This record gives sequence, C-alpha cells and structure tokens, in this order.
Amino acid sequence: MNRTGINWFYFAAPQAFYGLAGKLLPWLAVMAALLGAAGLWLGFAVAPTDFQQGEGYRIIFLHVPASWMSMVIYLAMAFWSVLGLTFNTRLSGMMTRALAPTGALFAFLSLWTGALWGKPMWGAWWVWDARLTSELILFFLYLGYIALTSAIDDPKRGDKAGALIAIVGAINVPIIYFSVTWWNTLHQGASVSLTKSPSMAAVMLWGMLLMALAFWLYTIALVLYRVRTHILQREAHTEWVKHLMSAKAFGGAA
Amino acid sequence: MSASRAFTAVLKRDLRLALRRKSEVLTAVFFFVVVAALFPLGIGPELNTLRLIAPGVLWVGALLSSMLALQRLFEADYRDGSLEQMALSPAPMPLLVAAKLLAHWLVSGLPLVLLAPLLGLQFDLAPQALATLMLTLLLGTPVLSLVGGIGAALTLGVRGGGVLLSLLVLPLFVPVLVFGAGAVEAQISGLGIQAHISILLAMLLPAVFFSPFACSAALRIALE
Repeated sequence: MNRTGINWFYFAAPQAFYGLAGKLLPWLAVMAALLGAAGLWLGFAVAPTDFQQGEGYRIIFLHVPASWMSMVIYLAMAFWSVLGLTFNTRLSGMMTRALAPTGALFAFLSLWTGALWGKPMWGAWWVWDARLTSELILFFLYLGYIALTSAIDDPKRGDKAGALIAIVGAINVPIIYFSVTWWNTLHQGASVSLTKSPSMAAVMLWGMLLMALAFWLYTIALVLYRVRTHILQREAHTEWVKHLMSAKAFGGAA
Repeated sequence: MSASRAFTAVLKRDLRLALRRKSEVLTAVFFFVVVAALFPLGIGPELNTLRLIAPGVLWVGALLSSMLALQRLFEADYRDGSLEQMALSPAPMPLLVAAKLLAHWLVSGLPLVLLAPLLGLQFDLAPQALATLMLTLLLGTPVLSLVGGIGAALTLGVRGGGVLLSLLVLPLFVPVLVFGAGAVEAQISGLGIQAHISILLAMLLPAVFFSPFACSAALRIALE
C-alpha cells in the first residue's frame, strides 16, 4: 500500500496533525502579517490614485481578496467533506468545521467592503447585481452549515451531516450563480458591471496579489489553530491529550 | 417483496396517512392562500402593480408553503421507528425514500399547482400567464420537495429543526424561484418561455435521480 515511501495518511491522525499544525502555525502567522503589511503599504501608499474613481478604489485591496477567499474556502470545505465521507477520516470533519467561520467572515467582509465601495461609485449601498446576490447566498450557505453543525450534539453525526450539506451546497453554487446572472440580465435594472475595469497598473496588481496571499496564509494559520482546538476537545479522553495537559499545567514545554 | 411493490406500498401508506390527517395537509395549503392574500393588502389594490408582482409573490408563497410542509416529511416515521424499519428492510432505501418524496409532493405540491390559477386571478393575470404559472409550478415544486427532503432528513431530531431547515434549504431554492417566476414574467412581457421551461426540466431530472440517494444517506446519518 505504501510503495512511494511517504505515508500520506500519517498526518490524518489527529495526534500527528496536532504537532505538525503547531509547528507550522507561527511561521504562517508571521508570513501572513508581513505580506499583509507589504500589501497594505503598496495599496495605500505606493499605488497611484485612480483617475476615474479617485482614492475610493483602494478598498479593492481588501474587497477582491476577501471575495476570492470566500469562494475558495467553500471549495476547500467541499473537498474535505468528500474526503471525510469517502475515507471516513476524523480530521476532515474538523477541518471543514474550522474553515466555515473564516469563510463566513470573508463572505461578510466581501459584502461589507462591496457596500462601502458601491456607495461612492454607484451611489448605492447595494445593487442586485449577479455577483453581489450570489455572494449573499454564499454567505447564507455558510450560515446554514454553521447552524446545522452546531445544532447537532454528537460530533460524528454533525461532521457527516455538515459534509453532506457542504457538498450539496457546492453543487448548487454554480447553478445559483448562473441563475442569478440570468435573472439579472432579464430584469435589466442596475446594469452595473464590475468586470469592465480598465487594465490595472502593475503596482495595483501586485498589491492585490500580496493581499490575496496574506489572506490565504491568514486563513490557513487560523484554520490550523482552530483545528488544534477541535482536536484537543474531541481527544480530551485520550492519553496523549491528558499527558499534554498535565505537562502544560506543570509549566513544562508541550 | 419485489422493489416496485415496496415502492407502491410506501406510496399508498403515506398517502393514506396524509388523508387521515387532513388538517396538517390543509394548513400548508391555506398558508399559501393567506400569504398570497396579504400582499395586495400590504401593497395596495392597484392592478398594474399587482400584475407586476404576481409571479414573484405566488412563487415565493409556494416556496414557503412547501418548506413548511417539509418538516413533516420524515418526522413522524422517525419518531415511531418506521424509518429504522425502512432502513433495515431488504428493499433499497433510496427507492422507499423516493416513494415518500412522491407522496409528499402529491399532498403538498400538487394542491399548490391546482390552487395557483385561482390566486393568480386575484392578481389579474391573463389566462396564458396562469397556464404558464401552473406549468412552472408543476415542474418546480417537485424540485422543492426533492432538494428540501435532503434538508429535512439532515435536521431530523435536531434542536430548533424547523428554523434550521429554512436556513439550510431556502438558499438552495433560489434557482427554482428565479426560473419559475422568470417564466411567468417572460410570458407576460411577450418573450418566449421555452428556455425557462427547459432549464426547470434540466433541474428536475437530476434532482429526481440524485435526491433519493442523498436523502437516504442523510437519513442513515440521522439514524446512526
């Protein structure tokens, strides 16, 4: 079974993963902070003022990466859910649970920064544009997942039920996006397009990419932190966690 | 017992049970009627406005009403243990679940389809728009029952199941709402409805095929 010499399933064990996550966490957090600082500096100090949108456009450096992350995280949740349901690994459910709050946060941030951007540019806090509407529905999907998993007391049942709804949601996301686009073109109301942005200055692009990278690392770091907490909670009855806790209680390095 | 006989047995049983508890079935139907009647009261009796909002209002009413009915889909069988017997029986579980879904649609979805033209008249819809409304509801409400069934199975015996169910399934109902109400609007404004109907059908067919499997997977999680 293990011909390549690498045991891919080694870190699927919560105990092994707990140590790995603990080692990776500080590096990821520091990198996220550094890249975020660099991205903000590029975006708010170096990048030139847009000749059409003035200074207001600078929220793009938060808005676009947040929207990207909100979509990527849902995909990641679906990925871990498929893995969890097929291989029945304990860690997958914890990963999905750990991803959901950050995904919801980014979806909310995306909507909020979008509103802040929309007010000066379009003159409205909210327009029923296809992208805005599907982002809103994505936010609802996150809330549904979180509500379902937190309403079920048995962690194993919660994991499985959450995995199923995450997969059903992931199948529906493209259909929802497509239908909302269709609906919007039919109504011909606020035909505001976010896509026809003029070719971006290189420095703006770099700022945005740095911010996106920072958001990625922030997400991974936070998810690892949350997974570690989930692991400790669920494995509280095992020997290694008890050992870890007593070692911490007596001031020893864990 | 062969598979098809198991299917018809469950279907007949569920229909008979529903007919013996008529009030439960009628509550969801009357909810639809009341909601549709509230909108003109809230917005005003201007016929031009009513004609404009009719497709959306009637579709949202149908959506909420079928969501209310969803809570009953597996609840009673879960409580008295017959769901466990179905899971243990030699007949394939997805087939039995499909029978339950069909029975549920017949008692909660079909009445909406039949009532819709009556309510549409109150909104001064033209005969052709009424026919389109019925057709879209006929194709759309089964999708609501099928997709909603997954949510109903997942929230079985869970704290605050009803509210949770609505949070889970309402976002998933968006495409059906868009194309269902969109078809009626297209009919009213003189555009063709062919594309809308095709897409509703395109959503119905995979839902018919996949939903029983997803529902029984969710039920097995709930029964563990």
